[in-house]
Amino acid sequence: MAQATGISAAPSARRWNQRTLAPWLFMAPGLFMFTVYVLWPIIQSVTLSFYDWNGLYNQNGEFTGTFVGIRNYAELMTDPAFETSLWNNFYWLALYLLALPAGLFIAIFLNQTVTGIRLYKSLFFFPFVISQVVVGLIFAWFYAPNFGLFYLLTEAITGKGTAILADPDLVTFGIIAAGLWPQIAYVMILYLTGLNNVAPDQIEAARLDGAKGWRMLWYVVLPQLRPATFIAVIVTVIGALRSFDLVSIMTNGGPFGSSRVLSYYMFEMALGEFGFRMGYGAAIAVVLFAIMMIFISGFIWKMWRDETER
Amino acid sequence: MFPRPIQQSSAPAQWVYAIALPIVLLLWLFPLLGVALTSLRPASDLAQGNYFGMPSGIAWENYIFIFTETPIGQYMVNSLWVTIPTVIGAVSLSLMTGFALAVYGFRGNILVFFMFVAGNFVPFQILMVPVRDMTLQLGMYDTWYGLALFHIAFQTGFCTLFMRNFIKALPFELIEAARVEGVAEWRIFWFIVLPLMRPAIAALSVLVFTFIWNDFFWATVLTQGVDSQPITAGLSSLNGQWIAQWHLVSAGSILAALPPVLMFFLMQKHFIAGLTLGAVK
Repeated sequence: MAQATGISAAPSARRWNQRTLAPWLFMAPGLFMFTVYVLWPIIQSVTLSFYDWNGLYNQNGEFTGTFVGIRNYAELMTDPAFETSLWNNFYWLALYLLALPAGLFIAIFLNQTVTGIRLYKSLFFFPFVISQVVVGLIFAWFYAPNFGLFYLLTEAITGKGTAILADPDLVTFGIIAAGLWPQIAYVMILYLTGLNNVAPDQIEAARLDGAKGWRMLWYVVLPQLRPATFIAVIVTVIGALRSFDLVSIMTNGGPFGSSRVLSYYMFEMALGEFGFRMGYGAAIAVVLFAIMMIFISGFIWKMWRDETER
Repeated sequence: MFPRPIQQSSAPAQWVYAIALPIVLLLWLFPLLGVALTSLRPASDLAQGNYFGMPSGIAWENYIFIFTETPIGQYMVNSLWVTIPTVIGAVSLSLMTGFALAVYGFRGNILVFFMFVAGNFVPFQILMVPVRDMTLQLGMYDTWYGLALFHIAFQTGFCTLFMRNFIKALPFELIEAARVEGVAEWRIFWFIVLPLMRPAIAALSVLVFTFIWNDFFWATVLTQGVDSQPITAGLSSLNGQWIAQWHLVSAGSILAALPPVLMFFLMQKHFIAGLTLGAVK
């Protein structure tokens, strides 16, 4: 920083300096933390994915990994567990999006002004507030063989109970259903806020033109809910790709690894009982990151457009 | 208003709505209610297969048992030790970053902003190995501050997005006027902007509290023992010991869910304001 020496020039020069420097001073602590804990680890993980490393250091504190080029990625291509995880992530993504119509439906159902409706709305929102660990335990109880409600229900209908968490073909769908419960609540609250801000004059005008029901929803209401829908899609996609807690709590990836998703498989490889394959884990994380990047860039692109429009 | 207000419909339709509302709610919260009831059911009922019938009594002893015979109280305290510093840290850091990004038009502003936003959506797994390694190297593995420091850094991304947009919506003339008066920048931040930020601070505090209280992944990656594990990770390990003792699992679940639920009920308005940021133009 050039110090203003001349007395006459001092006020304006100091002002200017202060205003150039101030934002960086304000941002310094936040930027520092973010760089150390978020940006730098991303670069490190990408680098690590080209190494074979068990997470340890030798006596001199030196890194013990060996460079293996793209071998980790090559191994992923032929790893059946990776393929299962990738497919399951795809199911998560596709089925999680059901939270949008379901959340919208509940929001429309609740968008009334009767007595006690505020309490109803907050009680409907409940599942989102509680931890996924608790949601997982609640659904594990719900699905439990022999006495779980779901088991009894399937027994009553088909004559034979289904222990969904023990069935390799169904387990992922059972977990996704558990995940949808809080996710629908989240989407519902987004749409409730959106519905609150729908322009009443447009609705009235459309009503005079004879629009109602589905046509009203599709042509008049939904276009106005676009910002809510956008946020809902983003949080739902991120939620689907981040699914770790439920898999870990409800099945530990089982039975026979059939409910693994990328985030869980990565954890298993790097810290699980299969040993500390940090490099291989990092490679899985990079793949997940790349998938996520598609959606992140979409989000950023839209924000960029909104920002520059102003 | 959409849909058409129910008051404008026929009387039977209004009745149907009034009856449907509690029924749908009951169905929606059914799993939660089931667990809440199970947590108060005596173990003997479960042993006899009485899972859904009338309980033979209300068993507060399930709760007494988990408090006296398991470290669940310690886990809850640990959670507070991680959660509260994180709320304070992330909110303070993001007040400053948000202020800088909203008020100054320096070069690279939008780039830094988008970096914070994008960082927010990154999958945790790509940070896991390096963050765990660094925490180990710094001797902060299995401590509350090791976990809290990471959470502060990560939450700063989301909070910055929120704070920056909030400050952008404030009348800029306030700041202009102060500058004309020759008020120093940090005084503008402290005396003009900060007092106006109360609703944003409240909203972010409840949100971050809930996010961090409910975090399971980082709790598993960065802590291990009873002395520092938060409730989510603790409950998961207790669940491993209580195989099929559903009255205990249920009581533990209800306890773990209680603080964020209370927080939500007490600060509902702020909570929803924070969560629905951007849902309306």
